[in-house]
Amino acid sequence: MGGISIRVRGQVQGVGFRPFIWQLAQEMGLRGRVLNDPEGVLIEVAGARTEAFVAAISARAPKLARVDAVEVSPFSGALPDGFEIAPSRGRGAETRVTPDAATCPDCAAEIRQPGRRHAYPFTNCTQCGPRFSILHALPYDRAQTTMAPFLMCPDCRAEYDTPADRRFHAQPIACPACGPRLWYEAAGQAQPGDPIALAASCLRAGGTLAVKGLGGFHLACDASNPAALALLRARKRRPAKPFALMAREGDLPALALLTEADLALLRDPAAPVVLVPSRGALPEAVAPGMSSLGVMLPYTPLHHLLLDAIAGPLVMTSGNLSGEPQVIGNAEARAKLATFADGFVMHDRDIARRLDDSVERASPPMVLRRARGRVPGTLPLPPGFADAPQVLALGGQMKGAICLLKPGQALLGHHLGDLGDALCADEFTRAIADYTALFDHRPALVAVDAHPGYRATQAGHAMGLPVTEVWHHHAHLAACLAENGWPLKGGRVAGILLDGSGLGPDGTLWGGELLLGDYHGFDRRGGLTPAPLPGGDRAAREPWRNALMRLDQAGHADWADDLFPEAPRDVLRQAAARGINAPLSSSAGRLFDAVAAVLGICPTAQSHEGEAAMRLEALAGLSPNSGALGFAQTGPQIDPAPMWAEMRRQMSQGDPAAQIAWQFHAGLAAAFAGQARALVESGEAKAVVLSGGCFQNALLLGLTLRALQGVTVLIHRTTPANDGGLALGQAVIAAARHIAHAERD
Amino acid sequence: MALRDTHVTMAHGGGGRAMRDLIEEVFTSVFQPPGSEDQARLMDEALQQPGARLAFTTDSFVVTPLEFPGGDIGKLAVCGTVNDLAVGGARPLWLSAAFIIEEGCEIALLRRIVASMAAEAALAGVRIVTGDTKVVDRGKGDGVFITTAGVGVIPPGVEIGAQCIRPGNVVLVNGVLGDHGATILAARGDLALSVDLLSDCAGLGHLMQAVLAAAPGLRAARDCTRGGLASALNEMAAEAGVAVELEETLLPLRPEVAGVCELLGLDPLYLANEGRLVLFCPADQAEAAVTAMRALPEGQGACIIGRAHPGTPGRVTLRTAFGGARLVDMLVGEQLPRIC
Ligand SMILES: [Fe+3]
Ligand SMILES: [Mg+2]
Ligand SMILES: [Zn+2]
Ligand SMILES: [Zn+2]
Repeated sequence: MGGISIRVRGQVQGVGFRPFIWQLAQEMGLRGRVLNDPEGVLIEVAGARTEAFVAAISARAPKLARVDAVEVSPFSGALPDGFEIAPSRGRGAETRVTPDAATCPDCAAEIRQPGRRHAYPFTNCTQCGPRFSILHALPYDRAQTTMAPFLMCPDCRAEYDTPADRRFHAQPIACPACGPRLWYEAAGQAQPGDPIALAASCLRAGGTLAVKGLGGFHLACDASNPAALALLRARKRRPAKPFALMAREGDLPALALLTEADLALLRDPAAPVVLVPSRGALPEAVAPGMSSLGVMLPYTPLHHLLLDAIAGPLVMTSGNLSGEPQVIGNAEARAKLATFADGFVMHDRDIARRLDDSVERASPPMVLRRARGRVPGTLPLPPGFADAPQVLALGGQMKGAICLLKPGQALLGHHLGDLGDALCADEFTRAIADYTALFDHRPALVAVDAHPGYRATQAGHAMGLPVTEVWHHHAHLAACLAENGWPLKGGRVAGILLDGSGLGPDGTLWGGELLLGDYHGFDRRGGLTPAPLPGGDRAAREPWRNALMRLDQAGHADWADDLFPEAPRDVLRQAAARGINAPLSSSAGRLFDAVAAVLGICPTAQSHEGEAAMRLEALAGLSPNSGALGFAQTGPQIDPAPMWAEMRRQMSQGDPAAQIAWQFHAGLAAAFAGQARALVESGEAKAVVLSGGCFQNALLLGLTLRALQGVTVLIHRTTPANDGGLALGQAVIAAARHIAHAERD
Repeated sequence: MALRDTHVTMAHGGGGRAMRDLIEEVFTSVFQPPGSEDQARLMDEALQQPGARLAFTTDSFVVTPLEFPGGDIGKLAVCGTVNDLAVGGARPLWLSAAFIIEEGCEIALLRRIVASMAAEAALAGVRIVTGDTKVVDRGKGDGVFITTAGVGVIPPGVEIGAQCIRPGNVVLVNGVLGDHGATILAARGDLALSVDLLSDCAGLGHLMQAVLAAAPGLRAARDCTRGGLASALNEMAAEAGVAVELEETLLPLRPEVAGVCELLGLDPLYLANEGRLVLFCPADQAEAAVTAMRALPEGQGACIIGRAHPGTPGRVTLRTAFGGARLVDMLVGEQLPRIC
């Protein structure tokens, strides 16, 4: 009797896929085999119910799996009598590792029940637990992870070897008899007693706790205790940047207004920090000036146990010195976090790779920071990129992330931080070696931003490989196209690209652009009227500088004089007029800063990046939502001058600041949407792309989408709209050029 | 007084009498070179010591405005070349000076520049022994450009250079950073800055001799001119194959300069200096070097600012007050904003 061969592609290795197939075959009485090979999972099977079997593969696949394709072909080879899990075939057979996954409901229940793993903080199974964060090298076997030193006990070994067990081939399998150990340290000493109870009492006393998590250390404190929050803010020298929270699902409704989409995202195995509207139940110090909270559910058994003990929400902020990457080693934590933390929750399972928490929003869906739980997930490349060369793209400066291209797929690496920091720059260097080794990637060319001052650009030129330079906003546009599967020959789109700044081909800094383009190239067809950035990067830290320049430009110098009486206006005006460190920029981000400064909602200096714009968005959210401030269309330029006049009038008659903030968002969205729509209606553009860091502003994104109703709009959902996604755009542009070149020859 | 003109004309470069008058009255009468030939024949005791080596350097000077608080282009042209010799361990002895003068340049200004050069040379113990002048059409120059070349002697036994730097060596400077750059910026931009700043322009030959005597283990020295301390350190760290870490809290900065930098968004580490050098010496000689420098007017603000360590070769970092380490890059063209 002839059998069939079933090829399953997608994220199907290291997610309990073979045991799932084994069980399915048992259930349906089929004989044959399942195995891993370089293309994914291969099943050779024969029996009466093969059709139902094939249908069940996608329908009932394990939660962590992502089935991209199930291809069936006839098979006439020999098959065993029963069904077996056969050894892997081919070199590089197990080339995939999945992202780290939050504790599954089974394991979460198990640690709360009597039994071997009662209260065991390192419980996991094939459906959950550490993956990428413990991996040293592929293939993904225990010996190649930081679990290598822990020798499986006979009980764990039996589970590991039993196909019917949910721990069949769970590489990080552990129990109290054989696995990692937890302890509590204070004053440099391990303390006797239950570490969870000791940690909870530290938190209850208002202390700061350093907790070794999955991808690094967190600093935790009781989120409902204002004194604890103040202490942590003082220690971290972080006056206003919002803190992320961790809370049990049952505690969330009291803290935030959750939609079904929010809940689904919170429960995702990636367990990201999700931005949700706050109910204002927690002290203001959690997220000063913000109307939303960043919350995540406990995602390791350790977190579950800690939250059960404290029975309330915790601040969980990354354990690091200001601007540095998160600490991952025990010794490093003792050295660096001793001044922040009153106690340490430590364990002896090493972290192989630093992974920050991912930060996301459910509706509209967006990724603000892509890291733990999302990497190393791959993206399928759009049609036309089947012959893409192996490209290594190195990304931007302030939000480092690299991207690797292989035939048919892209791998966007994890958030690396600001490459101006020495340790982040080391992370960046390590990430290049790490990802290229792990994914057997041999770059044929390197893609970088065109800004000569970016660390990543300099590193790219020093690699000794052919280098493709990509303009910043072209990369943003292409990143969004690639994420949306826009075909290589899909035609040109209108890109609304709003961000802080990136170098443009005319030598000025772009950041509020309307580009007409595709993977191959672009034309600048519109955008904000440029204004000087007095003091260069300092203008990004002090919003009033941008207000001064924009108001002067719009003929409201007298108003600027009234608004900023104490500021050194004359010197900056002279510096701008004489071109002393006052480069021209069409930045939309700086326009947000200017509006925030005029409305008086941002202190003279921002305490963290994007603070002014985030406060402006939060303020706008309080308004009854109507009207829009006007922008003028002067040739191809969008000129904010009329907006300032209108704002001045509204402020003088005492209109609420929230309304003005809302109308600014609406006006900016309408102006750009109008330009983009015109390109679509004239037939020059097939769709509109929204990209750049400003589109992480949910209000701006929502208003722009509304203003573009009836037009095909592509937005970022799984890759960051900000510079965290830049490398993906650089990679596909380099690939497109390479493919076009090959076609010409 | 044969020279009657008040401004330089093309005739002053023509090779005739006008030119001779200009050279004699404005230049040679002040510099008093040893002979009338267009060639200096030189001898000095220092040259005769077995093992002594000649050091030779050249630099061109362009600055707007030509005269600024604390100096002028002439003083700059002498100090710059003297300092290039001095930081290599040489005792500066002789200079040449070539002038490219724009038609219309005021002769009184030329005289002031020349006087300033002569005074600075006397102070540094060097002689200006040969030179040249050319006149270019109006609009083809910026008043005056000066090129100086210098010869000095490195005494036997002095062996310093970036390749001698070792991890653990201490980094020192002789005074506050960025005064020159900030002064020129304020003078050029005509900015409404209410600050009293003077260029740090100074010859450092004597200071180097004092340091070599007090800290004979001195490893390397470099003057922090264009590109500032950051550029000098990046070059040195790369040549030495060591990492350098600076402590933000130790950097000597005049509050006025810090203020100008904050206002204009400039990094004082990249501001030009004309009388500042950076030294590397063994840790146990650092205090002696500081003391020796502080005994001299051009070393009043001497202090330790960091150290070399065995990190990533060529990397320069700044440990900030909050504990993080910022990369101090080599300047790539002009400093363009990078915040997105
Ligand atoms: Fe950007
Ligand atoms: Mg020179
Ligand atoms: Zn599980
Ligand atoms: Zn066990």
